[in-house]
Amino acid sequence: MDSKMVLEVDELCTHYLTTDGEVMALDDASFKLHRGESIGIAGESGCGKSTLAFSLLNQVQPPGQIMSGSIDLDGIQVADLTEKEARKKIRWKKVSMVFQGAMEIMTPVYTVGHQMVEPLKYHKGIEGKKARDICERYLELVNLDGSIFDRYPHELSGGQKQRVIIATALLLEPDLVILDEPTTALDVVVEARIMNDLKRLRRELDISMIFITHDLSILAEVSDNLAIMYAGWIVEFGSSKDIYKDPKHPYTEKLMAAIPDIRTDIERLEYIPGVPPNLINPPAGCRFHPRCHKAMEVCKELEPETYDVGGVRVKCHLYSEDEEIAESEEAQYETAYDDEAAAEAYEGELGKEEIEEPDEIMEE
Amino acid sequence: MAEPLFKARNLTKHFQITQSFFQKLRGKEKQVVRAVDGVDFDIYWKKNFSVVGESGCGKTTVGKLMMRLLDPTAGHMYMKGEDISAISNRQQLKAYRRQTQMIYQDPFSALDPRHRIRTILEEPLMIHDIGDSREERTDMIHEALEEVRLTPPEKFLRRYPHMLSGGQKQRVSLARAMILNPDFIVADEPVSMLDVSVRAEVLNLMKDLIDEEDVTYFYITHDISTTRFFTDYIGVMYLGDIVEKGRVGDVLDTPSHPYTQALLVAVPEPDPERGRGVKKVPITGEIPSGTNIPSGCRFHPRCPHAKEICEKKDPEEIKVGKEHTAKCHFAGEIEFDIEVAK
Repeated sequence: MDSKMVLEVDELCTHYLTTDGEVMALDDASFKLHRGESIGIAGESGCGKSTLAFSLLNQVQPPGQIMSGSIDLDGIQVADLTEKEARKKIRWKKVSMVFQGAMEIMTPVYTVGHQMVEPLKYHKGIEGKKARDICERYLELVNLDGSIFDRYPHELSGGQKQRVIIATALLLEPDLVILDEPTTALDVVVEARIMNDLKRLRRELDISMIFITHDLSILAEVSDNLAIMYAGWIVEFGSSKDIYKDPKHPYTEKLMAAIPDIRTDIERLEYIPGVPPNLINPPAGCRFHPRCHKAMEVCKELEPETYDVGGVRVKCHLYSEDEEIAESEEAQYETAYDDEAAAEAYEGELGKEEIEEPDEIMEE
Repeated sequence: MAEPLFKARNLTKHFQITQSFFQKLRGKEKQVVRAVDGVDFDIYWKKNFSVVGESGCGKTTVGKLMMRLLDPTAGHMYMKGEDISAISNRQQLKAYRRQTQMIYQDPFSALDPRHRIRTILEEPLMIHDIGDSREERTDMIHEALEEVRLTPPEKFLRRYPHMLSGGQKQRVSLARAMILNPDFIVADEPVSMLDVSVRAEVLNLMKDLIDEEDVTYFYITHDISTTRFFTDYIGVMYLGDIVEKGRVGDVLDTPSHPYTQALLVAVPEPDPERGRGVKKVPITGEIPSGTNIPSGCRFHPRCPHAKEICEKKDPEEIKVGKEHTAKCHFAGEIEFDIEVAK
């Protein structure tokens, strides 16, 4: 594809500097996005998906901080902008974001229109009748009636509110829209129709989109490229066609298998045992190795590099050409995973003290 | 067929909307929300039954009625032949609830954050006077934690809920329900708050417990894609009524009610080749309010196949297969086809 590059992220690291230690929420993320393309970002909760999205807007909440790497948004170095510049130059104009739980985002005391015109007012100085016309045009674009402009948020259903938010995100004609779990709280029928609208809008307006979700089945329908994230790493990146057909990384493999198929009878669902690691102190070597069904001895010590496997970038030792690594023995675990270890990890977060049980409160 | 474990006949729950003083003065008609509007279903021993539908269709109300957390407006429920809708005395109700337990949607708020796991699990035992000594109860708690694969149990007893992951929390809720050895569990969206990968783990566990603990689930969900794996029978609910029910394979493979068909079209396809284009979701609009249920067939204003008769006459249950019925005038005549416009 030789269309214009909209976004280029290179070795981006965003960490949260908490009093307990540095949370490595996003490490070494690199990808490119062309005009009109869409990327789906998937992974379990706590894998750094939302941190990535906030970094792209230079809106990471403290104690979070972009540590290194660059974000090139249509020629603008986003990571170098100050808060004021970011607000003026990129947010809404270049990138806009539809947040998770967007339905609670609207203030109940103002009408939909009052809230919608704000970006127009502050960025372009458009007000009054003219602003109203623009808003109504965008409301119609997302299949809503223009009269919604005068209604209050509580008068709308969840799906309608979500549409209003999407329309607002499009108002200033950004190049890129980031949608963080856009349909999680909605019913399937409404979800399918909003997804349809998004597909159509992307084509009509020629904008790029980044979808963030933990549900891979939705991404298959809307994303050209797919980034699978685990514990702050992008473990697999490639065209979604390739990845769905033949997932390369063991994590992706398991994640795909966990989607229940509605057409066939199955006895058991696949799942990934255990919980994602604590990112203050992630496992050495590959961060996925304690939960991996294909883990080798080398995975415990050496961080895997990113390999190109038929156009798909995979961060896994399985695809290494180094003979020593390729011949590493399969790791031996007594059990692939146990809750105890996970429990310990959680305890670690709480300062490790063993809590003494006070003499029973329930004992009467 | 054996006698069902649980039977509901014409189960109905109407909520009265409270009127303000002025509304009463003006003689405004009392509004009633018909949340559950005469549903019938049978649940057989160790054959899970799932109810699917959009939010606001009344599926949670059915679950609450079954637990007798709400009193039905009309109709009857029978558990092992005994009419439980008629129970009015506290003692009997307590005995019934020992056999029937509930799991809630949000494990993050279903567990008291100020109690340790031990206290949380001991509470049902105290309420039902089970176990003579603290040691005996501790053994039972251990056993319950082992059942839900939280091992070793000693590790978990002293933890607080916030020290567990979402999946572990939901397993504690499951242990709390299981500790009384119930026959029947009402699971209200037990996995919808969990990540896809953890969801599968919890559902697998719940399924294993059917045989291990002789338990039957009533599974309430809006996620139709998990029903095929988890349950044997399914009921599709729309605006307070079950519009189609039957064996889960039959209903999902040959959906006969236009609403079921629409739900199935809307399920996202985990396959980029098949799901790419814009799907033709046959229904528009959103579920109407329960105060104002349309005349005739309650689905007709949104139905793509609606004819004149649908506006006037409420459809009867039509048999479209063995143990498979649909409440539609044209059941069995409407063909199911997922159309995708490129």
